[in-house]
Amino acid sequence: MPETHLHAQNDRELTFAQAIREALAEEMRRDPTVFILGEDVAEAGTPFKVLSGLLEEFGKDRVLDTPISEAGFTGLAVGAAMTGMRPVVDIMFGDFITLTMDQMVNQAAKVHYMSGGKWRVPMVMRTTMGATRRSAAQHSQSLHAWFCHVPGLKVVLPSTPYDAKGLLKAAIRDENPVVFFEDKMMYKLKGSVPADDYTVPLGVADVKRVGGDITLVATSSMVQVALSAATLLEEIGISAEVVDPRTMWPLDEKTLIESAKKTSRAIVLDEGYERYGVTAELASVIATGAFYDLDAPVKRMGAMHVPIPFSPPLEDVTVPTEQTVFEAARALCGR
Amino acid sequence: MTTAIQPREASEKVDLWLRMYRQMVAIRQFEAQVNELYTRALMPGLAHLYIGEEAVAVGVCEALERTDYITSTHRGHGHCLAKGASPDRMFAELLGKKAGYCKGKGGSMHIADPATGNLGANAIVCGSAGIATGAAFSARCLGNGRVAVCFFGEGALGQGVLYEEMNLAQLFKLPVIYVCENNLYTEYTHYSETTAGDILMRATAFGLEAASVDGQDVRAVHAIAQRLVDRARRGDGPRFLLCNTYRYHGHHVGDINREYYRSKQEEQTWKTERDPIANFGKWLVEQKLADLATLDRLQTDLEAEMKKAVDFAVAAPYPTIDEVDDDVYA
Repeated sequence: MPETHLHAQNDRELTFAQAIREALAEEMRRDPTVFILGEDVAEAGTPFKVLSGLLEEFGKDRVLDTPISEAGFTGLAVGAAMTGMRPVVDIMFGDFITLTMDQMVNQAAKVHYMSGGKWRVPMVMRTTMGATRRSAAQHSQSLHAWFCHVPGLKVVLPSTPYDAKGLLKAAIRDENPVVFFEDKMMYKLKGSVPADDYTVPLGVADVKRVGGDITLVATSSMVQVALSAATLLEEIGISAEVVDPRTMWPLDEKTLIESAKKTSRAIVLDEGYERYGVTAELASVIATGAFYDLDAPVKRMGAMHVPIPFSPPLEDVTVPTEQTVFEAARALCGR
Repeated sequence: MTTAIQPREASEKVDLWLRMYRQMVAIRQFEAQVNELYTRALMPGLAHLYIGEEAVAVGVCEALERTDYITSTHRGHGHCLAKGASPDRMFAELLGKKAGYCKGKGGSMHIADPATGNLGANAIVCGSAGIATGAAFSARCLGNGRVAVCFFGEGALGQGVLYEEMNLAQLFKLPVIYVCENNLYTEYTHYSETTAGDILMRATAFGLEAASVDGQDVRAVHAIAQRLVDRARRGDGPRFLLCNTYRYHGHHVGDINREYYRSKQEEQTWKTERDPIANFGKWLVEQKLADLATLDRLQTDLEAEMKKAVDFAVAAPYPTIDEVDDDVYA
């Protein structure tokens, strides 16, 4: 049974960014074949300063600044992964995955299958997602659904510092290409993280809050939104359960279905586009698996079908908020 | 002292030349069988024949160690064979059989074989430039002394990722050799209509040592490839080799009527005047390194060997349908 991480004695409060950095540092110490490749990852430590200090510890041979060539260095990582290294590629903004698509979709995802299982691609692509940073249409998208659509890739969306560290360590140790999406707005989110070596297995959901009246399935940044909405719902007597799948693929269908069966109502929240997005897949899993126990249709909430606008009042209405989730949940519960 | 060494060197050269001749004939015979399989409707899908270009794959691969890496293309049978793949398992793969190199899941355009350093043929034009560059990156990091060769057709010159990879390879001083096979036609269009400027300058702009060679002359290809491979291996950084060659057949086996993009006369001229196997055979005979009868026998032997390999593949079973979702994830 998946369990939310509880405070232990040797835990520290770390930010999401610190947890990511710690995961990378630990894996690089453990395995000399792990290296980091990307734009401004070395001295700059990325524009988000997630990687600060890694260059000092591991040197230029393992923390490599690249030209602005997303396709080029992602392709290089595929080949390096096939031949004995474990690259962790940094794609600064999730919007730039468009430039890596052939390398990820036609190469990384296919190599193992096309070669009859002979070649492996143990690489990680770390990238960002998330709107509301006032960065406009080309620096704000959450495009993780694209990779979820492709067999051969695994897709991870951590929502807490604890999960971020454990999932990233698991992703680096995985034998497959794993795409790891970090919400830019969560880098400063604090949470309890053990000092010990631990991993969070890919494919295990986590119940972030136990409740009985409605299930809020939420990914990445939407987990905090769902938890805030759950607090508002509590005040009007609705007990919401918040389930975080943590990985889009592999997907822990069982935990989602069991929660929906228990509460009989479900809303699926994700910051990607709602139309043809991951909410459709998650809602379908629940609608099929919990059909006889549902008292209402499964509701989906994702980004509006517009390019992310720059103007703050416009941008803010494009993604679900605690208030919109609260209202949707209340309506679904007939209150 | 020098007189004592010269005969041995000469005999090593002769062994190499005869091996290269044999490999070129093997590739041609292999491809002839592929064409036959397609014509007899025994092969699913299509294949892109390498006939006419044999000297490139053989000349380059003979300059490599078994543990060195190659990446190949949709027109890749020649590269795979030249790097050491066995014809029987190649044919099995072409027919979608379980005994194939990829358990039948890759087919003609995706032969991969770790045992011979073959990272895989790639059906995306320029799709393997990153993979080859990454393999060279590993070789440098792991210090295993290997080099990587990236084979691609001149059509790949139109893909931007090639230049990203050459830039990265030069910045990181990687042991990779980019081998451009200019067979004059990017599918059905003459390369001059799709390629602006000078090809070699595209590589020298990044500081790569670049050379061009007659791709129909296996000795010339081998000599220059050996020089570039040796330099890349000793840490001098990436290299670029342009091999000027010609494909005798169509873009794929079904491309029969080609006169709208090239003349029969042009094809005939290349076949009669520039054939890499005939010309090399003639030279071997002139130099008294082989006699015609021996070369003819080699041809017959290889034809028989290929037929046997085809029989193996035809008789081999298909994968069972429950294998369809095996190997999606490692």
